[in-house]
Amino acid sequence: MTVPMSSPNDPLDVEAIRKDFPLLSRTVHDRPIVYLDSASTSLQPRSVLAAIGHYYEHTHANVHRGVYATAEEATALYEGARRKVGAFVGAADPRREIVFTKNASEALNLVVNSWGRANLRRGDAVVLTEMEHHSNLVPWLMLAEAIGIELRYLPVDAQGRLDLCDLDKILDGARAVSVTAMSNVLGTVNPVPLIAEAAHRNGAVVVVDGAQSVPHLVTDVKALGADFLAFSGHKMLGPTGIGVLWGRQELLDSMPPFLGGGGMILDVALERFSPAEVPWRFEAGTPPIAEAVGLASAVDYLSAVGMERIVAHERALTAYTLDALGDRLGPDCRVFGPPAGGDRAGVFSLAYRDVHAHDVAQILDQFGVCVRPGHHCAKPLMRRLGVSATARASIALYNDPSDIDTLVEGLAHVGTVFG
Amino acid sequence: MPDLEELYREIILDHYRSPRNRGELPAPPAHRVEGFNPLCGDEVILSLEVVDGVLRDIKVAGSGCSISQSSGSLMSAAVKGKPIPEVRELIRMFKAMMSVHEASLSDDDRTAGGGDADVEPEPVDLASLGELAALQGVVKFPVRIKCATLSWNALVQGLDELAAAS
Repeated sequence: MTVPMSSPNDPLDVEAIRKDFPLLSRTVHDRPIVYLDSASTSLQPRSVLAAIGHYYEHTHANVHRGVYATAEEATALYEGARRKVGAFVGAADPRREIVFTKNASEALNLVVNSWGRANLRRGDAVVLTEMEHHSNLVPWLMLAEAIGIELRYLPVDAQGRLDLCDLDKILDGARAVSVTAMSNVLGTVNPVPLIAEAAHRNGAVVVVDGAQSVPHLVTDVKALGADFLAFSGHKMLGPTGIGVLWGRQELLDSMPPFLGGGGMILDVALERFSPAEVPWRFEAGTPPIAEAVGLASAVDYLSAVGMERIVAHERALTAYTLDALGDRLGPDCRVFGPPAGGDRAGVFSLAYRDVHAHDVAQILDQFGVCVRPGHHCAKPLMRRLGVSATARASIALYNDPSDIDTLVEGLAHVGTVFG
Repeated sequence: MPDLEELYREIILDHYRSPRNRGELPAPPAHRVEGFNPLCGDEVILSLEVVDGVLRDIKVAGSGCSISQSSGSLMSAAVKGKPIPEVRELIRMFKAMMSVHEASLSDDDRTAGGGDADVEPEPVDLASLGELAALQGVVKFPVRIKCATLSWNALVQGLDELAAAS
């Protein structure tokens, strides 16, 4: 790793960081790639790729089974990754409170299907928000179809923030609140601690979708007031194929298994089984071992750079982006979500005049700029915004103002093509 | 940016800005069929009026990107007033230009990548496609082929439903 170990108060050395990400050195259509789709999936530093490669070349064995040396080493690496990831989000007991899943979606499905089915009955209310990703919406809709729970929604206001005027009324009698900490469409950072406090006052369990927030904000599950936190490896510089559920120990202990299979049992007979202890109870089958090694390496990288510095860098670049879009494109370019500030992260859903998002993204691609067109798996929110699709640019620690300048240059060309 | 100019030709932008045969017909008597691309939310609604084996009128409604909307407009202008066998032949040629084979017409998932790579596409007489040939630039952008074929798939579906009902 070439991250300079300077004082934590120094600004991020983006130039040095960019050298750590091999994909940033390639070209697209004879132009340097401008990667602005980290809300979809982030890039990986060389150290993460090396950790995965080294694991497969030197250690690979199944975990929790063999007694030979490499099996012991693989198990130590896998369980070590669990502790590292747990410490990264402030888990009280990182060894027991972290469950590795396939992705953040599976982590949320685990909560809904295990905790939800064990604790909710027909007519029980669960509170979501209008800005949820389908991952934190469809599993609850499926449970509503299956057992008849009631779903309530915190509305989104005109600026793209949650409208909390009726918070206590909407929470009244609710058994659970499941909310995203950061919108993947609007970049809104939600006041989770405030919502969680009100939810707990009403006796509700608090589930937080951290897929967008964990890679970009300092995360502490105690400060959030969460009972569960779901997030994804591949959005935080790790590999695809691994997600994380953090849960409070006593809640996890009380929950039945979600998926059945090898590794999650204490004993099995032909008539019955008894489940293993937490967290292995929730990890049926061979887990994503190499992915856990990669994720641990990603956490090392983020920690070495320092999450505070990443937050400061991304906040400054967010302000730069909002200014650049407003000043240089004016009313041609509409940006959804709150203005620059403490509750605004680096996700920019754009509409350029009335040009469709696919056309915007196609033209940007010719400039080497990677943005995502579409509904961003948040169709109810898109309806609320009154658009069918947006072009979304999103930043990470390896982006700098020159990336934004190219984005603006490309957007201006959209105006040229579509006249 | 030559690729971009090939994709966004003037004819395409013209049909996008001023779509032909825009709207809906009362159904019935017209036959209504919808096409939808769940990936990007593009939507097309066709109203077909077939009388005595002739596609006497066609209207196109819906919303989406320039490629899906202009393709629907170009299609409506090309097929309106034509006997059904001629419409079918035009569909076949258009699909061939998009390197999508007749057999996979009803199979949405297979059209995404532009058809089977190991099958030689049939030669297409671009001249006989008229203005529709402007859409051939789309082939260089595989993800967008689905946008271009959206209204054509809906037309096939509509014609098949009408044939099955008669």
